[in-house]
Amino acid sequence: MTIDYQRLRFDYRRAAEQAAGAAMRVHPVVVVGAGPVGLATAIDLAQRGIDVVLVDDDDSLSSGSRAICFSKRSLDIFDRLGCGEAMVEKGVRWHVGKVFLKDELVYSFDLLPESGHCRPAFINLQQYYVEGFLIERARQLRNLDIRWKNKVVGIERDDDASDGMASVTLAIETPDGEYALQARYVVAADGSRSPLRRLLGLESHGRTFKDRFLIADIKMEADFPTERWFWFDPPFHPNQSVLLHRQPDNVWRIDFQLGWDADPVLEKTPERVIPRVRALLGPDVAFEIEWVSVYTFSCLRMDSFRHGNVLFAGDAAHGVSPFGARGANSGVQDAENLAWKLEMVLAGRAPDRLLDSYAREREYAADENILNSTRSTDFITPKSAVSRVFRDAVLTLARRYDFARRLVNSGRLSVPAVLRDSTLNTPDRDRFDGGLVPGAVCVDAPVLRDGEPDWLLAHLGGRFTVLSFAAASGIDPNERAAIDRARSMGVPIDVVVIEPHASLEASRAPRGLALADGVAAIGGKRLIDAEGRVAERYDALPGTAYLLRPDQHVCARWRRMQPADIADALARALGRSA
Amino acid sequence: MTLNLRPNLARPDDFYEALIDMHRDLSDAQSQSANAQLILLLANHIGDHATLLEAMRIAREGVVGPGSAP
Repeated sequence: MTIDYQRLRFDYRRAAEQAAGAAMRVHPVVVVGAGPVGLATAIDLAQRGIDVVLVDDDDSLSSGSRAICFSKRSLDIFDRLGCGEAMVEKGVRWHVGKVFLKDELVYSFDLLPESGHCRPAFINLQQYYVEGFLIERARQLRNLDIRWKNKVVGIERDDDASDGMASVTLAIETPDGEYALQARYVVAADGSRSPLRRLLGLESHGRTFKDRFLIADIKMEADFPTERWFWFDPPFHPNQSVLLHRQPDNVWRIDFQLGWDADPVLEKTPERVIPRVRALLGPDVAFEIEWVSVYTFSCLRMDSFRHGNVLFAGDAAHGVSPFGARGANSGVQDAENLAWKLEMVLAGRAPDRLLDSYAREREYAADENILNSTRSTDFITPKSAVSRVFRDAVLTLARRYDFARRLVNSGRLSVPAVLRDSTLNTPDRDRFDGGLVPGAVCVDAPVLRDGEPDWLLAHLGGRFTVLSFAAASGIDPNERAAIDRARSMGVPIDVVVIEPHASLEASRAPRGLALADGVAAIGGKRLIDAEGRVAERYDALPGTAYLLRPDQHVCARWRRMQPADIADALARALGRSA
Repeated sequence: MTLNLRPNLARPDDFYEALIDMHRDLSDAQSQSANAQLILLLANHIGDHATLLEAMRIAREGVVGPGSAP
């Protein structure tokens, strides 16, 4: 039997704190908001062995499909959280986008033009499924306590506790009345209207766009291809834009630009929605309306994502227009950036200031997302007469000339920010080509493990990882010394050794044995570079090594290792050295 | 590459006449569109970002800067 995720309700239970005479407990982390970002944060923390309380003011999943485009990066993160497969299985894969002017195709793009990645560029999946799969995973984690119908109505920060342990106390309203919930750290993932932000008297700043859009999710049998179709000025909706996207269960998302003067209440009525949809589909296509919403949007963010021991993530911290799918996807990246840092700080392995780097890195990423989103919005919704003239001139030229197609902006779709200037990075000492600079997110590639096809990303992340490209002679003694020294710092480090494919044949030869012994001595995992893609994508030569963060970002890389290199880079990546 | 502000047009008078001629019989809206398309075509031909920024700066100064047209 299939689960109707839209109708799921979760049981409220009295919390331990509500029992008479219950002792006050300081939880390591309380996460506020059981949307995709809060769930991802809570699961990640729980997988790291941290006891987490997740509170939500409601008892159901997302109403309506809302965020529907989940990027490759989000899927890679969901894989690590143990629910990527369910999402990909249910989701609709796509990678091609098409842009039409009137009824003519002017531009087409492929978001993942190269093969050799486990996950597709994007899947479309209703937000309630994403949340549903995350909750199914969350329920397997015994140290993750989800409390439904627990609404935050007050917050008190104790930033200078006498014992040096700053904490936060939340006032929680439940059907059984109020109780106090205390935590070392609070993650505010409570959405764009963030009650926590308001309770702390904080604001998000930015631009609100004077335009209205209608979302109509309709159910129909249709033979449109599984692509993102965007029209400027189509004959069926003149002078405005329209976006068509496929979701699972034969549901299609249609996004109609309405203009600022549209009446948001009237436009939601079937009398107005049905003719608009029929104009697109033609008179003979049968359809049902699943969900309708009229929205405006803003590009904004909080000045700082960290306020003492309260850390803001997702829409609570930043907002973008929907055209780049940069809302939920960037929020999931916030979660992944934050979880390992909280773990390190709570375990005493990193100073508290490592959490400042969460704020700085994700503020930088938010600025990049806001920039891209604002540019798309300015193209789709020109703000002035001259802006409109240039937009139309681009579209006119795009019908015939390739150069102008590059200027057509119907949304620049979410890719993870390269945290190039992060203080956690160790600048390159050696020369490298390619995009995997310190601060970049690792890219996937096919590998063989014990002779079976596998994917590189499945073996990176979770912990700090040394990705080592083996020389035929075995593991370099300097590298071995560097790994030993880094391991003495009290932080678990995985080692993944990439061997060139040819060594499959040579593995019986003496130097293959030397390599095997060397890998075993450093506690490494051996992967074979099945198609040479790993070395290619990481611009690796024999002896090249990378140090990767638990969130799969590159910290440092070397052509030839010195014994102190990994320890120094690790100290930086933990915020131990400035 | 820097913006070339020395005389560089092969046939200045012919160019100017052709530029005005491009707008012949066009409405104001059509002229605006033609100008915008012309700018985009030339910008792509130039390509270099710094050069384009320099031209835009000078053009804006001609309107709102010191010594701008009334």
